[in-house]
Amino acid sequence: MKTDYDKKAATEIILGFDNRPEMLVQILHAFVARFAYLGEDGVRQIATELNLSRAEVWGVVKFYHDFRTEAPGRTVIKICQSEACQAMGSRDLTAHAEKTLGISMGSGDRAHTLEPVYCLGNCACSPAVMIDDQVYGRVDTRRFDTLVTDAESQ
Amino acid sequence: MSAADTIRVFVPRETAALSLGADDVADAVERTAKELKCKLEVIRNGSRGLSYLEPMVEVQVGEDRFAYGPVRPADIVDLFAADFLHGGEHALALGNTANIPYLKSQQRWTFRRCGLIDPLSVADYQRHGGFAGLRKAFETGSTAIIEAVTESGLRGRGGAGFPTGIKWKTVAGAQADQKYIVCNADEGDSGTFSDRILMESDPFTLIEGMVIAAFAVGASRGYIYLRSEYPLARTVLEKALSICKDHHWLGKDIAGSGFEFDIELHLGAGSYVCGEETAMLESLEGKPGLVRYKPPLPALEGLFGKPTVVNNVVTLASVPDIARLGADAYADYGVGRSRGTLAFQLAGNIKRGGLVELAFGATLRELIEDWGGGTASGRPLRAVQIGGPLGAYFPESLLDTALDYEAFAALDGMLGHGGVVVFDDTVDMAAQARFAMEFCAVESCGKCTPCRIGSVRGVEVIDRIVANENREENLKLLHDLCTTMIDGSLCAMGGLTPLPVRSALKYFPEDFAPTAGGS
Repeated sequence: MKTDYDKKAATEIILGFDNRPEMLVQILHAFVARFAYLGEDGVRQIATELNLSRAEVWGVVKFYHDFRTEAPGRTVIKICQSEACQAMGSRDLTAHAEKTLGISMGSGDRAHTLEPVYCLGNCACSPAVMIDDQVYGRVDTRRFDTLVTDAESQ
Repeated sequence: MSAADTIRVFVPRETAALSLGADDVADAVERTAKELKCKLEVIRNGSRGLSYLEPMVEVQVGEDRFAYGPVRPADIVDLFAADFLHGGEHALALGNTANIPYLKSQQRWTFRRCGLIDPLSVADYQRHGGFAGLRKAFETGSTAIIEAVTESGLRGRGGAGFPTGIKWKTVAGAQADQKYIVCNADEGDSGTFSDRILMESDPFTLIEGMVIAAFAVGASRGYIYLRSEYPLARTVLEKALSICKDHHWLGKDIAGSGFEFDIELHLGAGSYVCGEETAMLESLEGKPGLVRYKPPLPALEGLFGKPTVVNNVVTLASVPDIARLGADAYADYGVGRSRGTLAFQLAGNIKRGGLVELAFGATLRELIEDWGGGTASGRPLRAVQIGGPLGAYFPESLLDTALDYEAFAALDGMLGHGGVVVFDDTVDMAAQARFAMEFCAVESCGKCTPCRIGSVRGVEVIDRIVANENREENLKLLHDLCTTMIDGSLCAMGGLTPLPVRSALKYFPEDFAPTAGGS
């Protein structure tokens, strides 16, 4: 994942969706996958090429949890906050993560971003955690520490 | 040794199995086989839904499959030593897969191929009855297929339980130059994963169901709206769609019928409310997922203002076998107006979590005790939330409730998408009620006031009750607020959030008592 904005690469992404405005949510996904987050330059370009106002594009960006507007930490950790995971200790796991990583849920630093997620569909093997797009089940505090260390060393 | 003699080992590539190390298990099998110069083929199947046994490895022995689980990479050398390749005895041996009681006692209809086949092999799919329903639909015609779906009694499995045949008939009867099929694969309810298991384990069934729906109503374009939290389902669906196009099960002139239909995969972006059908349509149009007013119904003015069938994954995936085997075969399952099967999902604090597809009518107790084996912690069960975050919390005393739509509605609960989340006696029900309001506040689309503001006020009022501030007045206020949300919200998000809140208050009032402490 490169975080430097690249106007040419951005044009290619939008062209890949045939400049269709109804593909905006999909285009924003592709931008986040490519540039890690959405900034003013990206939103401006998308608005111009889809013939939308910047306000319309920002409106979509801000509505959805997935569209970051700031660069994330090197390791992105999501802990499920939903009921099935609560039933197996996700509240305690979240508190442990906040303490060991030194950041609060919904924030981050250069090394880590800690985000809530509402269900990863792994509810029979809860609590569930997603680290850089990999889902893990039955994560207790010890397994959490191991998984984070492993992710950091990759 | 001929190809037919090659030993086949199945290691699931499914999220629950992968989350517990299935990839490492597959690697260990291959590596050990190589070291022992043992010729075998590793097939990455989907999941049988026995999540508590994942990663569950199976071996083909003659006509049968023998299962072992839960398997860790470190167990592999030992399994080879025990001759597991021929069904040998081992501490992890589960015997013939088909005879595992958890699976054998189910009524598998929609999920019968899950875990059995290679999810991306068209040949495997067709060997197990795949695409026969679609061929039958092409033969009998669109009117007959709508009739079959109506007579089967199939109702929307996403949660609302609306009769599928009636929805299809409405769209079929609408006059328009373009109609759409939208598959709701935004399975956001906590405690539910049946859509995911189906998409990861048997994606062609969903595609076949969508083609049948399209043929029935005269639609030429379809969309699958998949939640972004399911990266593996995305990968599998992308491949499955591409394979179907290559094999002419999608595109122009499907299977020589002259019928044309194509499917595009769209990703959601982390918004729970986009599982509501009109918010989903907005999202598919590239907009914020704001709920629409109804009417007009999506069946008449849906995606881009055109007649649209919006159905859940399981609903659509139940159709191919209804087309193939007939309406009666499906309607024979079930009770009253709840016909057919529902895939229940056992989740949370449960010993044997997984997918249990049953005819309607069994009881919640049977599901939790016979299949689930009670709590994972071994502590007493205290509460069960059924139907996702908008479903009611039931106490132990209601476990004998029959699992059908009407029985749950009569108790101010809902079966919804079939998610069953179990809590032991360490649960704080005031915290759960507060979370229901908090979740609504986070996920509300913001279009209507009862949901947007009511949920925020709900959190505050519950906090005051737990802190024992003007207790009686605040309890009354909370009930009033719930009534306002139920009566005044545009969609189920605000309209059903009071269900978990009121049930928590009704059945677990002691947790809201001044001495309870709260969270």
